[in-house]
Amino acid sequence: MQEGTPIIEFNDVNKVYPNGTVGLDNINLTINKGEFVVIVGLSGAGKSTLLRAANRLHDVSSGEILIDGQSIVTAKGKQLREVRRNIAMIFQNFNLVKRSTVEKNILNGRVGYYPTWKTIFGLFSAADKQQAAANLQRVNLGEKLYSRADELSGGQQQRVAIARALMQEPKIMLADEPIASLDPRTTVMVMDDLKKLNEELGITVVVNLHSVSLAKQYASRVVGLRAGKLVYDKQIGDVQDGDFDEIYDGKNQEVKEA
Amino acid sequence: MTIKKTFWQKYEAWIWALIFVIIYVWAFSGIPVTGIQAVAGEVTKSILHGLFHPDFSYVYTGDGEDLISLLLQTLAIAFAGTIASALLSIPFAFWAARTKKGGTHLGSSSGKLFLTIVRTFPEIVMAIMFIKAVGPGPFAGVLAVSFHSIGMLGKLFAEAVEEIDRRPAEAIIAAGGTQFDVLIHATIPAVIPEFISLTLYRFEIAVRSASILGLVGAGGIGAPLIFAIGTRWWPRVAIILLGIIVMVTVIDFISGYLRKKLV
Amino acid sequence: MNTIPKKSFAQKWHIKALVWTAIVLALFIASCAMTGVDVGAFLTGFNQFMQIFYEMLKPDWSYVPFTIKPIIQTIQMALIGTLVGSIIAVPFAVLAARNIVTNTVIRGTIRFILNLVRTLPDLMLAAVFVAVVGIGPMAGVLTLAIFSFGMISKLFYEAIETIDMGPIEALTAAGATKTQVVWFAVLPQVYNHFLSYFLYTFEINVRASTILGYLGAGGIGELLQRSLGQFRYDRTAIVVIGTFIVVVVVDTLSNQLRERLQ
Repeated sequence: MQEGTPIIEFNDVNKVYPNGTVGLDNINLTINKGEFVVIVGLSGAGKSTLLRAANRLHDVSSGEILIDGQSIVTAKGKQLREVRRNIAMIFQNFNLVKRSTVEKNILNGRVGYYPTWKTIFGLFSAADKQQAAANLQRVNLGEKLYSRADELSGGQQQRVAIARALMQEPKIMLADEPIASLDPRTTVMVMDDLKKLNEELGITVVVNLHSVSLAKQYASRVVGLRAGKLVYDKQIGDVQDGDFDEIYDGKNQEVKEA
Repeated sequence: MTIKKTFWQKYEAWIWALIFVIIYVWAFSGIPVTGIQAVAGEVTKSILHGLFHPDFSYVYTGDGEDLISLLLQTLAIAFAGTIASALLSIPFAFWAARTKKGGTHLGSSSGKLFLTIVRTFPEIVMAIMFIKAVGPGPFAGVLAVSFHSIGMLGKLFAEAVEEIDRRPAEAIIAAGGTQFDVLIHATIPAVIPEFISLTLYRFEIAVRSASILGLVGAGGIGAPLIFAIGTRWWPRVAIILLGIIVMVTVIDFISGYLRKKLV
Repeated sequence: MNTIPKKSFAQKWHIKALVWTAIVLALFIASCAMTGVDVGAFLTGFNQFMQIFYEMLKPDWSYVPFTIKPIIQTIQMALIGTLVGSIIAVPFAVLAARNIVTNTVIRGTIRFILNLVRTLPDLMLAAVFVAVVGIGPMAGVLTLAIFSFGMISKLFYEAIETIDMGPIEALTAAGATKTQVVWFAVLPQVYNHFLSYFLYTFEINVRASTILGYLGAGGIGELLQRSLGQFRYDRTAIVVIGTFIVVVVVDTLSNQLRERLQ
């Protein structure tokens, strides 16, 4: 394992859904500051559940999750919202408010920093509005600030979602299948954007992907899940070509040590 | 670099808001605020007191003028009226339905206009006209519901006829069938479940209308209600309202259940 | 050899359909008996009915100027009633939506209240409000507010239940409060539905408000009551025609606006 400061720690995390399905099976995983981690695995292997446990969009059944040393499992109300504020997330379906303008969507990323009443009256500071425009330029969509979100193509919407995520000034960026709804060309743009954030702003990035080749191209570390279990965990330099067959075939049940 | 909004982007919301405000300033100017009477407090108190102490003795007295008998009569008005109306609506529906593509639709348009007129014609006025004809009582209520419902049922039936799958009809024509064969073997089987469902829906509405037709003397629970309100007999008002609420809820539930089973 | 599959006894005789027809027929006959349906009386009295109808075919056009003000008042009542009803409806709709409020007790209570309100016919509410606040358009406005509240809350919460949950997840992940989630992720998605339902409810309220006056709750219905009371059916005809025109005009306008919202 790479030396560094842990930023996300999963300790003995289990998740069983009310219908009995096992989502996560005794996960132990430490992600360090500045890593670009790609999680691979089949659909239903628990990739989404793992990401959503990290910012507690899903509750876990047992175990402990620490974000920057602070437990998110027990956090409540304001405290929980403050932890979430530092963790940005982008989604497979972009999750933009399609009827709102791009500017409003980007500012939505900032609401955690304001008291509720101020946001309701639209009282975002001039600095934040400037920042929204700047973030949009960072993903090369500066001229779309006042367009409605549903006028944009899928790739553009995902980049708006990245701009929105940046408004949180996050330390961590979670991305759940960010390119699953995109074509190959826009896929590269979005992945390049994520890489840039990781390298230029030092944001820790955790991405769920289906594509092994993309994982090898962008990740600094690859983690594999199968049926809720952690079955693979290697730094990019140690990844062998044949490794991924095990994750996808399910022939090898044991955790591979890097 | 900052992007300038276009004039419309900047002001569209404000322009609509302004139109909205103007309309509402005008609307409020027309309604004198007369609500707060000098004795409003006292009145409200006695109303609330009455409403929370319903007159349960009225539920059943055995003389046929009690709550249960009149609620049953209300249901009977709604049921008889709706069934009669459903049968009467069928020819109107086929008159108003646009079943042929292209060309002018004089026939169906005139049918639709007729149904709109019937729908808009106030049910209360219709009830009063029937009272003149057959005298006050539940029969006038049945007639009012039967004829007034044609306006809505005829329209809904016509839409159902317009929306049916046309391919079975084509198949029958292609096999050498007549228009009458189409009606019997394709159209009617397709629309009957739809008609029944719409009739049930209309019955729910008819129960509500039947419970107010008594306000003008066309039978049902409306008459004792208006009498109790007129004499400020709040415990009696309360029990009648309660009865209507229970009746309507039960009917909605049953009808909703049956409609779900149909589809 | 072709063998035709045998129908079961129930299939052969359409037992289900027959039973249902028998039930409906029995209820129909019982209802007719209970309400004193008498086709003979209807036929003999029919000329009375037509008598009124003939009088209505000769409308008293000189009465038109007297209907303008009440018609305007009718529209104003409908506008205010719809607005008040919709404003009250928004928080109730949010609390009644399955995808926003997971607490079944809160949701159940709210839905129970909404169902209760929807059972009350408009004219009945009018009768009660006239007794409470006195004769006049105020009673009409209150009636329409309550009436449209019941209807529009249901339309609203059903609209909320169809929204895309993605933005809600995104806002929650960004650390938003419940109120912020509703404001930024829910309302922008249902805004157009709300406006459309607002207009639809306004149409229904215009129809309803034309008869509320019959019980003294303001608007054109007052003239209905007066002309009928004076047996001036030629004037009743004018009122009915006026009502018809208003309803058609409002429906047309509202339909156009609603189409633009799609």
